[in-house]
This record gives sequence, C-alpha cells and structure tokens, in this order.
Amino acid sequence: MAATDKQPVVVTSAGPLNAPASALLTWVDQRFPLMALWKDHLAEYYAPKNFNIFYFFGALAMLVLVNQIVTGIFLTMHYKPSATEAFASVEYIMREVWGGWLIRYMHSTGASAFFIVVYLHMLRGMLYGSYRKPRELVWLIGMAIFLCLMAEAFFGYLLPWGQMSFWGAQVIINLFDALPLIGPTLSTWVRGDFVVGDATLNRFFALHVIALPLLLVGLVAAHIIALHEVGSNNPDGVEIKAKKDAAGRPLDGIPFHPYYTVKDAMGAVFFLFFFAVVIFFMPEMGGYFLEYNNFIQADPLKTPAHIAPVWYFTPYYSILRATTEEFTWMLAAGTLALGGLIWFTAKQQTVKLAGVAGAVIIAAAFFLIKAKVWGVLLMGGGVLAFALLPWLDQSPVKSIRYKGALYKTALTVFLVSFVVLGFYGTQPVTELGTRLSQLFTLLYFAFFALMPWYSKMDKTKPVPERVTC
Amino acid sequence: MLNPLLNGCARVAAGAVLAVASAASAGAAEGGMALDRAPAKASDVVSLQNGARVFVNYCLNCHAASFMRYNRLQDLGLTEPQIRDNLILTGAKIGEVMKVAMDRKEARAWFGVAPPDLTLSARARSSHAGSGSDWIYTYLRTFYRDPARPTGWNNLVYPNVAMPHVLWQLSGEFDAVDQTFKSHAEAASALRQQGGLGRVEAGITPGEWVLKTLKQATPGMLSALEYDRTVADLVNYMAFMAEPARAQREKIGVFVLLYLGLLFVLAWLLKKEYWRDVH
Repeated sequence: MAATDKQPVVVTSAGPLNAPASALLTWVDQRFPLMALWKDHLAEYYAPKNFNIFYFFGALAMLVLVNQIVTGIFLTMHYKPSATEAFASVEYIMREVWGGWLIRYMHSTGASAFFIVVYLHMLRGMLYGSYRKPRELVWLIGMAIFLCLMAEAFFGYLLPWGQMSFWGAQVIINLFDALPLIGPTLSTWVRGDFVVGDATLNRFFALHVIALPLLLVGLVAAHIIALHEVGSNNPDGVEIKAKKDAAGRPLDGIPFHPYYTVKDAMGAVFFLFFFAVVIFFMPEMGGYFLEYNNFIQADPLKTPAHIAPVWYFTPYYSILRATTEEFTWMLAAGTLALGGLIWFTAKQQTVKLAGVAGAVIIAAAFFLIKAKVWGVLLMGGGVLAFALLPWLDQSPVKSIRYKGALYKTALTVFLVSFVVLGFYGTQPVTELGTRLSQLFTLLYFAFFALMPWYSKMDKTKPVPERVTC
Repeated sequence: MLNPLLNGCARVAAGAVLAVASAASAGAAEGGMALDRAPAKASDVVSLQNGARVFVNYCLNCHAASFMRYNRLQDLGLTEPQIRDNLILTGAKIGEVMKVAMDRKEARAWFGVAPPDLTLSARARSSHAGSGSDWIYTYLRTFYRDPARPTGWNNLVYPNVAMPHVLWQLSGEFDAVDQTFKSHAEAASALRQQGGLGRVEAGITPGEWVLKTLKQATPGMLSALEYDRTVADLVNYMAFMAEPARAQREKIGVFVLLYLGLLFVLAWLLKKEYWRDVH
C-alpha cells in the first residue's frame, strides 16, 4: 500500500482509534482477519442475555487451562522425569525454587479445580439440554476434551513419583491385562517395561507436557468454533436466533463483549478467591487434592494398604470395583429387561428384532467374558455414555425448566449416584460399599439406558417464545 | 435463579452424602486407635528450636532428612554460626542436607527395614484420623516394653514397629496392661471412662476384645508433662521441616484474599455498570 493512501478511521467498542493505531490496524487487517475475528467471536457474537451462574464454568475451564499450562511450563524448568530424581526434584521445587511451592500448588490445585468446573459445565449442559440439536457436535467435541483431560490428569499424576502415583498407575495399566488376547502385550507396551518404571515415567511426561496439552488446546478451539457457529443455548432452551431485529441481531442476544467479558471477569475473580483459599490455606484439601501417601517416594516393593485414585476418577473406579462375578447376573438381567422394553415399545419390526437380539447377545457376553473385563468396559462406558445424550433425549423441550417430574427425578437419581459412587471410590472395599456401589452403578446406567422412554413420557410445560429473565 | 426443585434435589443429595460419610467414618474408627491432637505451636520459635535440637540429637542418627538443608533452620530465627556450632553434629557443611552415615543395607540387617527419611513424615502420616503431627505425637508417646520383640519395644499406634524407643531415657519405661472384654463397644467405653491413650484390638480367642493401655514402670529424666512438651516441640519442628514454606504461604495468602476481595467489588461494580442497559 502506498504511503499516500488515505487511512480509514477504525472505530472499536472503546471509541475511534487515533491515526497511527488505526493505520496499524488497517495494515494488519489487510493481511490477517483480526477485526473480523474480533467481531465474529466477541464484539458481534450475540449470546443470550439470560445466562445464569452455571454459564460461568466454560470460561472458568479456559482460565484453569491457562493456569495449568503456565504453571506447568515453570514446573518443567526444575522437574526431572527420572525414576531416581523425580520425587526429589518435586521437593526441590517446593523448597529451593523461589516461589516454587506456589507454582506447584497452583498446578496441583488447578488439576482438581479443572475437574470441578468441567463437571459443573457438563451438568449445565444436562440441565438445559445444551447437547440437543443443533449443538450435538459442540457436545461431542466437549466429550473429546473430557477424555483428553482425564488422560492428561492420569499421566500427570505419575510424575511426582510418590507411592500413590506409582501404585495408581500400576493398578490402572494392569486393567489392560484383563483384555482378552492382546491384554498383557498391550499393558507392557503402554508401560514400556514389565513394571511401572523409568520408561513409563518418561513417556507419561512426554504425553503430559506436549502431546495431550496440544490436543487439548486444539479441541478447545474446535469446541468454541462449533459453539459460535450454532450459537449458545440458555437456561430456557429457547433459540434466540429465531427472533431477530431489523438489523439481523437476535432480540434476546447481547454482544459477548463487553457484556459477558465483564461478567466472566467478575466470575473469574470470584472463582480465584476460592482457588486461593485452597492454595494458601489447605493445599492438600484433606488428602483429596494431594493424597497423603504421595509424600512418600514410590517404592515398587511396598504396596500401600489402600490404593485410591484422586477424587475426580473415583465414580468410575467405583463402577470398576462394583463389577464382580455375581454382579454380572444383575447386569445381564438389566440388559434383557431393556431388550424386552424395546420389543414392547418399538414400532418397527426390525428395531424390535435388533433390540432383542442385541440384548440377548450382550446378556450372554456377560457370562462368556470375565467380570474383570466387564469392569473395564463399564468404567469406560460410564465415561462415554454422555456422548449419546443428544440422541437418547427424546423430550420435546430442552431445558429442565420445562421438563416434567420424570426427568427431574432421573437427573437427581443420576447426580446422587455419581456422588455416592465417587465417595465409595475413595474408600477401602467393604461389603456395604460394594453393595451400594452396585446399586448406584445400575442407577447410573439406567439414567442413560431408559432416557429414550422417560424423556418421551415426561409431562413437559409449554416453552415460551422468548427467553425469560 | 435456580429451580426450587433443583435446590431440593441438592439437599437430598447432600443428606445422602453425609449419611454415607458418617457410616464410613464409624467403620474406620473401629480399626486403629484414636490419636491425641498435637499442640498447635507453628509460630512458637522457642518450641521449633527445641524441636530441631531434639531432632538432630535423637532422630538424625538413623533417619535422614534428605530434602532439608541445615541453613534452612535460619527460618527458625537461628544464625549460621548457631546452626553450625549446635545443630550440625556430623561435620556436614551448612548448605548440605541432613544425611546420615548409616548404611541402608546394614540398617536393613539390624532393624529389618531401613529407617525411612523423615523430611516429609509430618505430611505423609496424615490420614482422616488426624494430621501427620497428631500421628507422630501419639506414636512417640505410646512405646512400651515387649520382650517378644527383637528390639524389646513395641508401640500402640504402630504395632510391631521395627524402631526401638530412642527417647526412653527421657520418658522412662512403660508396660502394657491388657484388659479383656466381651465386645468392641465395651472395650471402647472402658477406654473412654479411663481416659488416656489405649488401643482396642481383637483378642486371640474369637469374640474377645483386648484394651491395651500403658502403665509407667520406671521413671524417666523428664516428668510426664515435660516429656509431652518435648515431643510436642519435636513434632512442631517436623511439621515445619515437612513444609518450610507454610508460614510464608499463609502470610501471603491473607494478602491475596484481601486483594481478590477488593478486586471482586470492582469487577462487580464494572459488570453492574455495563449491564444497566440490558433489559
């Protein structure tokens, strides 16, 4: 561009820019869609005006992700991924590195905080039907993020090389052993050795600091691009794009910036207050965020009496432990009952036959395949079941505000199951604990398996035309 | 903002969790023994210094503290010459960590197990029964004579522990007193009535429960009260050693919370100002 060209004055939400700044912005914009991105994703991205407290957690998850990446970078400057040095290097960070204890606590507390905000973010989706059409892909990408996050947390937990790090990894990797034919080879391949050792620590370090964070950041970007394509849902489950003003702006929408940037900033400070309470006054969080046994260096010759994963994995760990040989009878009965339900309610003959045949095959498989394998499959199934929600939910309405008593009851039962399973996952095995875990495992899966029926039978309320406040 | 029904659900869920948690904690208490609470003296410099003195004199012969540098003791208000002259008994340099000369292989031969590193014990020994400090405070006050053990010592908190009672000259010697009961509940209630420390365990005969308590056999150099205070100082030091940054962490934390509290008010006012025109 010739220097004599007249510069157009760029007006931003903060007012007109002065001439040099405006010239610079024009220069950039002719080479990179800076203002277009700014408008599409912030200044002219219209979000419903009726977001409630549950709508903070997406932004908070981003905040925690940034916290984990930044503190993680500083931790790697002093951490040593070696079986002989890892534990000592973490203590070196805690004692000798200036501010090291703060960075380490921010990272360890951030891991738990990540799961707290992500679980609440998912609950938001379940409350207001955010997974329903047209947001199925937003939900599925979110599920991929969730899986990625679990892998990231699992790999990261080995790195301090404490007793719980070591034995937790040992227990989880040994699960692969249960798989028929390829099991033992697969678990050896994952470990890179016949026991969890230096090779395992090194590869987990590589996966934790580069492979998964890269994937995580990419998926988060895809999650937001997909969301901004279809637009945000809201607590009423009303599509705001259906009612627009003359300029084509949704009547119930407000620009994300500045309205939600200032609101999320407020939410972020609120969150950081509680985050700081944990970091500065209770970094171990009663043994739930930092397990006490992890202050003892990993010892392959000394198995701890009680191996418990960190709290965010315990609901799934409970499902794994609940799947005993006798429990497969209950699971087979449940599967057959589901097949019967399909037989009596499906309209098409092919669906009826497929449903019953599928149920019989799966029920038979409960006896043909070892309970330990089923435990692993159900644990994975418990995580993946969320991905089916867009297709399981047959309700004519999205939001719980207009759903009936059936869905509200089902969701309550599911939440109680999740919490009780989570609690028993932290405890040593007891007779009562196993029985309750089995009961709540059944209820956990029933929430998903029966959803096509109860969501359809539910007495819903009429949905308003516009959002309510 | 939330549906009232959801609030109801949350209350039911919270109730269920509490019920489950209390059932589980009742179950856990049946196993081990109740721990004494270690006196909280984290800011008592005299206690910390005395604890460091006891630690280097009695513990640091067999146990190392290999993440703790001697000069970190300056945090306890000591100068480098003071540390060098009074607390380094091995000829180590002031910038070195607290190592021991004992060979781990030999130690294993002598005790059956190499004495563990103590740097982090006050954190690692924490459990839902109490903090790591509580555990060590109770442990060091419940050794008793037991001729059946290779060292001649046994412990209420840690039955059949490999470690002998190194502080016995200070505390004196104790004998265990066994009382037999028909049920766990009877034994537990007898312990409550007697007060003090005791362990309830299953007897050799099935259905029989034994309450083990301690009785002083020979006096030590210190009175019971003085001994408790010495152990409390030692535990206080070990808690410091497990996390030297703790005092700094809590001090900074107060300012961080004040700052975030103030920032929240500003963020809230800013949000309110912007949102005035949203109807």
